[in-house]
Amino acid sequence: MGLFLFILLALIAIIFSLGLIFFRNQVYNALCLIVTLSSLGGIFALLEAPFIAVVQIIIYAGAIMVLFIFVIMTINLKQGWPPEKRKWPVRLAVVIGFILFLELLWAILKFKGVVSPLPAQPGTPENLGELLFSTFIYPFEITSVLIVAALVGAVVLGKKRDQE
Amino acid sequence: MIPLNLVFILSLILFAIGLIAFFVKRDLITMFMAVELMLNAANLTFIGFAQAFASLEGQIIVFFVITVAAAEAAIGLAIVMLIFRQKKTIKTEDLNLMKG
Repeated sequence: MGLFLFILLALIAIIFSLGLIFFRNQVYNALCLIVTLSSLGGIFALLEAPFIAVVQIIIYAGAIMVLFIFVIMTINLKQGWPPEKRKWPVRLAVVIGFILFLELLWAILKFKGVVSPLPAQPGTPENLGELLFSTFIYPFEITSVLIVAALVGAVVLGKKRDQE
Repeated sequence: MIPLNLVFILSLILFAIGLIAFFVKRDLITMFMAVELMLNAANLTFIGFAQAFASLEGQIIVFFVITVAAAEAAIGLAIVMLIFRQKKTIKTEDLNLMKG
């Protein structure tokens, strides 16, 4: 059952992420990416990470993609996208992506798998929070500084400068 | 129990699609979305390893990656807005100010 769900969600994720390449409209791209991120959230839940799954859906598929869609609608390019004229970057991209794919596939097929020495620990909010506030307290606090810096930077960048 | 190799292969396919989309697309916002897709593929690998090793550190790293991605999206989209306000375009071939 778990394997069946995994394969179903994986197929949804792959098909909708292909929409990122083939659609030319940015709103369609954003909606395809939302479906992909949501199905990845389901896969995270299958892999014993329920808290990360919820965070994925709320923050990624919710907050970040809403930000993307706001910006797309603010920019509102009236003319449609012209067809791709230059062909060689597309070919080069496909070749580079395929080479990377084969390399990593070779590495995966050589991977023997691991046997975990410990009993499995589900990533519930209690377990993660305990670890986050004991071992990883320093990176956690640094992250708060990073977010404040990012917010202030976004406000400063987005401010209109013409009244100077 | 999901085999770890299947998780890796899914992550690899998503990363390759993100890379190809990054190079094929020529507007800044879709290139940004391709970067987000590649970040998610890497997150999937972390979660798979966290499950295989029965340790929670992988999930903590994914938590931090999601936080940094949120900050990066805020800054990046602000820069895209700024470029659009100055140049009235977000297509990469029109942004050739430093072209020699």
